[in-house]
Amino acid sequence: MDLPQTVPIREIREDTLAIRTFVLDAELPDAEPGQFVMLWLPGLDEKPMSIAHPAPLTVTVAGVGPFTMRLHQRKVGDPVGWRGPYGRGFSLHEDGPALLLGGGCGVGPMRFLATRAVERDVPVTVALGARTENELACVGDFEALGVDVILTTDDGTRGHQGHVTQAISMFADEHPQFAVYACGPEAMLVAAHRLCREKGLPGQLSLERYMKCGFGICGQCALDGFLVCQDGPVFDVEQLDGLRDFGQARRTATGRRLPIR
Amino acid sequence: MAVDLSTTLCGVRLPNPTVLASGILGLSCEVMARVARSGAGAVTTKSCSLRPRPGHHNPTILKWEAGLINAVGLSNPGVEVMVEEIRAAKALLAPLGVPLIASIFAETIYEFGTTARFISEAQPDLIEVNISCPNVDAQYLQMFAADPYVAAQVTRRVKLNTEIPVLVKLSPNVTDVAEIARAVVEAGADGITAINSLGPGIILDIETRRPVLAHGTGGVSGPSIRPIAVRCVRDICRAVDAPVLAIGGVASGRDVVEMLLMGATAVGIGSAVAYRGVEVFHEACTEVQAYMERHGYDDLDELRGKALAFL
Repeated sequence: MDLPQTVPIREIREDTLAIRTFVLDAELPDAEPGQFVMLWLPGLDEKPMSIAHPAPLTVTVAGVGPFTMRLHQRKVGDPVGWRGPYGRGFSLHEDGPALLLGGGCGVGPMRFLATRAVERDVPVTVALGARTENELACVGDFEALGVDVILTTDDGTRGHQGHVTQAISMFADEHPQFAVYACGPEAMLVAAHRLCREKGLPGQLSLERYMKCGFGICGQCALDGFLVCQDGPVFDVEQLDGLRDFGQARRTATGRRLPIR
Repeated sequence: MAVDLSTTLCGVRLPNPTVLASGILGLSCEVMARVARSGAGAVTTKSCSLRPRPGHHNPTILKWEAGLINAVGLSNPGVEVMVEEIRAAKALLAPLGVPLIASIFAETIYEFGTTARFISEAQPDLIEVNISCPNVDAQYLQMFAADPYVAAQVTRRVKLNTEIPVLVKLSPNVTDVAEIARAVVEAGADGITAINSLGPGIILDIETRRPVLAHGTGGVSGPSIRPIAVRCVRDICRAVDAPVLAIGGVASGRDVVEMLLMGATAVGIGSAVAYRGVEVFHEACTEVQAYMERHGYDDLDELRGKALAFL
């Protein structure tokens, strides 16, 4: 869909204090894991959101700014617009196990990918990371899928203490070859990129940039010569080698490159 | 024998007549270089102003059944940042032989001159003066391109501040575009770019009874406006002797030829990038070449303006 379709919110789930999952009255049967929709709050703004489940359309959103905080205030039945799906999603390697890493609200697309992997009989382990126990989101969704779940927290209040990317090394001790899929804060993706390249593992990482159009013409989401909306948001680790902007800079609404905090 | 697709716009050589139109992808030097490698004969930057502008809230650019509608609101990082981006872009484009056109916008006639002076530090091959954005009407009452006297004053102010050849970008949303074209050429414009987006127009979301664009109204572009662009290019080519960079709904080699037959010197492609990707430049050139071979044309001069006799 190219013009936003406004539909009621069917269901809202509070995952953590900061993260909520919204189920919309829309079906995207052809969406791929890793793709995104442009989510519109009429009269306010529109932002790209990764798809957590395609039918019914589900997104898992952290309240981090004015747009997402206003979304969190929406109630069941309120109208929300969507257009998409857009972008290049994950392509699942079917010849070995998959390790999925979700940091913070990066769990959304990992849930869709885990569902797809289970459908295709690919062995899946999901590692979910957060700062502390009560920030871990959507753990039950993965347990319900019957996949192995590794939990990490920065402060050690639940699961392994440390960053979620340690799961790559832990998993490598037991498996000679596997593929890594990750979504989360860019510092986490930089760590995942480095580990994949050191260990020679195939990896796909889902990135985030400020977007306007979502379909490859405004140029706002430029990551070096790539357009995150169209060439991504999912990139192979090889594509990210040596990029000036990866882990370093993002563009704001004006188009200015600013360092990533 | 291979046909010659090269063209000269205000003294600047383009390897082929296709030009990336302003507002599309013209923000990052690496992306502009990618467009050049995809076959564009020149690339135009997104319009930049003296100070940074965040533009309007999203949705700012949407596809509809017959094209695009946009109200980006001239977002840009400001001239200081763009000078650096243009310098970097020029270094990447130079080995490809692809020139760069810097688009500028300002809030006052005087500021157009200041912005032109600053942007000239980056040594773009051409400067395009955007006096015809339809999305800032509420802010500035009317476009500079709506009045021949104001359009000429902007042109003079820019020419006083730069040695670089100047294209002035006109709007279709006027009673007589030829009159504006004459005014800016008499004021010193080296060439004309035409047209900017049409409108503004409105698309509603009937479920919420609101416009889909956050700004409410937006410029209409894409295939739906091409016949109007072709007519404007005819009006301008008949009225003035200056070269014309023709833009408006061009999406194929056929459309490029149509603009050349109407008298255009080069042809911009913008919205079509949304439909055909950046490959559109190479594809359109291949299509133009096939047309020229079919009709026995060796270079673009042989077909340029050939339709004017029938209009």
